[in-house]
Amino acid sequence: MLATSIIIFREILEIAIILSVVMVAAKELEHRNRWVAIGLGAGILGSCLVAFFAQSISNAAEGMGQEFFNAMVLLAAAFVIGMTALWMSKHAKELTAHLRHVSNEVIQGNMPLYSIAIVIALAVLREGAEIVLFTHGMIASGKSISSILAGSAMGFTAGIIVGASMYFGLLKISTKHVFTVTTWLLIFLCAGMAATAAQYLASAGWFESLSYQLWNTSAIISDSSMVGKVLHALFGYTARPLAIQVAFYVVTLITLVVAMKIINYKPTSKTTGAAA
Amino acid sequence: MKSLILSAIAVLLSANIATAEVKEYKIVIKDHLFIPAQTKIPAGQKVKLIIDNQDATPEEFESHDLNREKIISGNSKGIVFVGPLSEGSYKYFGEFNEATAQGVIIAE
Repeated sequence: MLATSIIIFREILEIAIILSVVMVAAKELEHRNRWVAIGLGAGILGSCLVAFFAQSISNAAEGMGQEFFNAMVLLAAAFVIGMTALWMSKHAKELTAHLRHVSNEVIQGNMPLYSIAIVIALAVLREGAEIVLFTHGMIASGKSISSILAGSAMGFTAGIIVGASMYFGLLKISTKHVFTVTTWLLIFLCAGMAATAAQYLASAGWFESLSYQLWNTSAIISDSSMVGKVLHALFGYTARPLAIQVAFYVVTLITLVVAMKIINYKPTSKTTGAAA
Repeated sequence: MKSLILSAIAVLLSANIATAEVKEYKIVIKDHLFIPAQTKIPAGQKVKLIIDNQDATPEEFESHDLNREKIISGNSKGIVFVGPLSEGSYKYFGEFNEATAQGVIIAE
């Protein structure tokens, strides 16, 4: 039971962290919870489908289908998160005004609502499929259903606690800075996902000349430690990164930061009464 | 759009993997154990591990040392490319049965 809960917790952790950041980022948007629910629902449904077709996915592309699939899911998620971060940096002022109840204007554009649903769905899809496969395997191997259920419930609860504490922790950040913080968190999430995608592509045989390990910090923070896992989910931390992972990470970061500067270049064009 | 382009590239590049000549090593999963638990491979070479999961349950081949993570369904095989590695030992484990499923790759 404990082993089950630990495995479930590990898989949930990343979803919980992504979910909490995205939910804080979107907190001033109308119907946020509806879109979060849509994302979760789509992700769960998708997980079952992916688990069902796991073998076919795995056999695709000369046995490298799973790697390509994971890389594509991650890159798609990274792309949407990156776009959301850019949108947020552009609308930070309106969002903050809204948060202070200075403005009653509806924040323009639905883009972030679709994007949070997509991001959540993709995050759930990847880890969720593993949960489905794992629990299905447990049931198939004749482990008692009650012990599986109890273990899963424990793992889920632990994951939700971590996610919820992050969510409420982020909400405590002062109104002035909350969107700056979440925008940066989204940027790091995006870069981390891009780097993880690079790892899968390297596993599939891409970038062979850049698939050497750049450094090893596993003695300080190991990938299997709790801190390592949280840092991985938030910032894409890995103890033994490949050169190509670091390259993906840095290029993504620079691209987003430059794009953010370009987008916000015009010095305060349309502020909606956020005088402070 | 981005993923569309990527999948196109994916198809193109996956063809290259098949043509590259790499040594193959077979690792069997049975009763949540890796057999053999120790596999010696040449250092500085890319090799192909064929993980043959003979259990009815799925397993996740995972290694922090090797930077690899792959689910292998029950009663099926999965391919994991590793290396080129520098000399040393690299641990891996089955995430779904970590208590028993432990193995190591030794590059020499």
